[in-house]
Amino acid sequence: MREIRYLKAVSEALNQEMEKDSSVLVIGEDVRKSARGITIGFVDKFGPDRVIDTPISEQGLHEVAIGTAMMGYRPVIEYQISEFIFFAFDQLVDQAQKFHYLSGGRVKVPITVLVPASGAIGATSGQHSDHAYPYVMHGGMKVVMPSSPYDAKGLLISAIRDDDPVVVFLPEFLMAGKGDVPEEHYTIPLGAGEIKNPGSDVTVVATGHLVPVAIKVAKEYEKEGLSVEVIDPRTLLPLDTDMIKKSANKTGRVAIIDDSNRTCGFAAEVSAIIAEECFENLKKPVIRITRADVPVPFSPPMEKYMLPNEAKLRHAIKKLI
Amino acid sequence: MPEKIEKSTLLSMYKNMKLTRRFDDVTIDLMNQGEIPGPLHPSIGMEAIGVGLGTAMIDGDFICATHRTLSAQITRGAEIKHILAEFMGRVDGYMSGKGGSMHISGGLDKGMFSIDSVVGSRAGFGTGIALALKLSKKNNVVVAGYGDGGANQGPVHEAMNMAAIWSLPILYFCENNQYAATTSVKYSSKIENLSQRAAAYGFSGETIDAMNVMTVYNAAKKAIDKIRSGGGPHLIECKAYRYRGHWSGEELQTYIKYRDKDEIALWKSKDPLLTFSKELTETYGCTQAELQAVDKEVEDIMDEAVEFARNSNFPEPEEALRGMYASPYPNIPHKGWID
Repeated sequence: MREIRYLKAVSEALNQEMEKDSSVLVIGEDVRKSARGITIGFVDKFGPDRVIDTPISEQGLHEVAIGTAMMGYRPVIEYQISEFIFFAFDQLVDQAQKFHYLSGGRVKVPITVLVPASGAIGATSGQHSDHAYPYVMHGGMKVVMPSSPYDAKGLLISAIRDDDPVVVFLPEFLMAGKGDVPEEHYTIPLGAGEIKNPGSDVTVVATGHLVPVAIKVAKEYEKEGLSVEVIDPRTLLPLDTDMIKKSANKTGRVAIIDDSNRTCGFAAEVSAIIAEECFENLKKPVIRITRADVPVPFSPPMEKYMLPNEAKLRHAIKKLI
Repeated sequence: MPEKIEKSTLLSMYKNMKLTRRFDDVTIDLMNQGEIPGPLHPSIGMEAIGVGLGTAMIDGDFICATHRTLSAQITRGAEIKHILAEFMGRVDGYMSGKGGSMHISGGLDKGMFSIDSVVGSRAGFGTGIALALKLSKKNNVVVAGYGDGGANQGPVHEAMNMAAIWSLPILYFCENNQYAATTSVKYSSKIENLSQRAAAYGFSGETIDAMNVMTVYNAAKKAIDKIRSGGGPHLIECKAYRYRGHWSGEELQTYIKYRDKDEIALWKSKDPLLTFSKELTETYGCTQAELQAVDKEVEDIMDEAVEFARNSNFPEPEEALRGMYASPYPNIPHKGWID
């Protein structure tokens, strides 16, 4: 199998979907010239009607995309900056996500929101560094965060095929990474996690770019004789709770490493599920490793200090044993 | 000069205006009797807007009406009994009881996209629908509305700018009923006519007296014809007035005062139904008997709708957890408690 970069896998998934289905559109700012590198050559191949540049109108472009989706198109909204999600909070959570329900099932809004280079990318400070998935999950939106090129392609195709709004976070720290990806079209279902490193002593639930971090830590502990199971939920909503609970029941020791804020965050949700449903099998309290509840500061030492990282995970695992 | 209009069309315009007004009157009563659970946003005094616009549309066109343009949905064929059932939270409502009066689309198959209650948002969705029509090379138009309040929402401007640069087939209508809740348009906008804003996006706009349904119809017809032939967006500012409060509870908030009796009386003297029934008999040759027959028909439709809605069941409570996703998964949505 050939090895390609994560970014290329994303691009290939979108390209293949657009080839297969003429209702798939790309809508965003600077997508024709491909400022983010996902849609290079798309406008020549698919034409300007399907690769649509908008003015800087970050709420309006969502409403326009939602309008086309209600008419049977499958728009993929590409973000330039993770923070667009805050502009469009109303359009995503209060509108797109609610219409199917509020219409008694009569309306579908199959939009896909692509968030390339998501998260804190290094010295971009407070308004270019958020990883805002808990906000939209709280409103019931489906959220996907692939941790490998293989997952990125298969999950993005599933997200585009899904009849609901889906937000796909593509963490910056993964974009250049390489991995095996089949050339052909394939899907990975939403809601199916994957055990990225099997183990029996400690469970680590990790997401996005923190999955390779967790695998590295697990391998290191393996040399010390500790068996760490790394679970990548791959989609945060729907969440593969069965896989997480099974592992928690087996090991009784769980750490969750998550690149969002602590309060009402993704790790908090997973922790609550384990506390409610696996309590009898827990040997230690569940530990969360998250961002500190502050905006991402500019200066590198401070940024590094407030984000979850390898050392913090290693420390947490030590506490669990 | 306006085109000649069929008498049957005129009478159905009268019927739709009358039906909208009766619907508002009856629903206010039903709410006061406790039969309608949520708040209402009556459009009494503004019936000419939606009826004029809706009559100028053809099958295949789309209406993105506001919470105060039920008249447009009625004109486009929404059935009163299913609207009322929704207002009463029953299974036979257009949204199966999940939307209520603020999220109601009377027949999505009939081109009615009004499931949203966010002020101004229909301009955005309408623009998206117009883009879809253009991409799929359909020769239809979208008619999308917002109020004098929504006119000041950012996404409305964003959408109108996009419609302009892409030359989309969309007619925007601004329902200027003089007040956004309690805030006068004289306070919220510096300009005299909100239609002036169209020039800023690069398309045409006009302001009309929307207390007169024929004025609305003629303006809409002309604009829609132009848009359908590729003329790009257009904006009609419909100046009108709502007789009642912004919402049904406002009149109970007796400390709220923002308009005086003389102002209300002045607008009521231009009542769209009175004006139109007079025009029908004096200008268009309709007889009193014909109008009375329509009045009777309207009463019958309302009576039947009330009976229908009362006989419709409430949804099962457990239905609240169904229909969240179009592509469902076994463990979502989460229930908020344990059994």
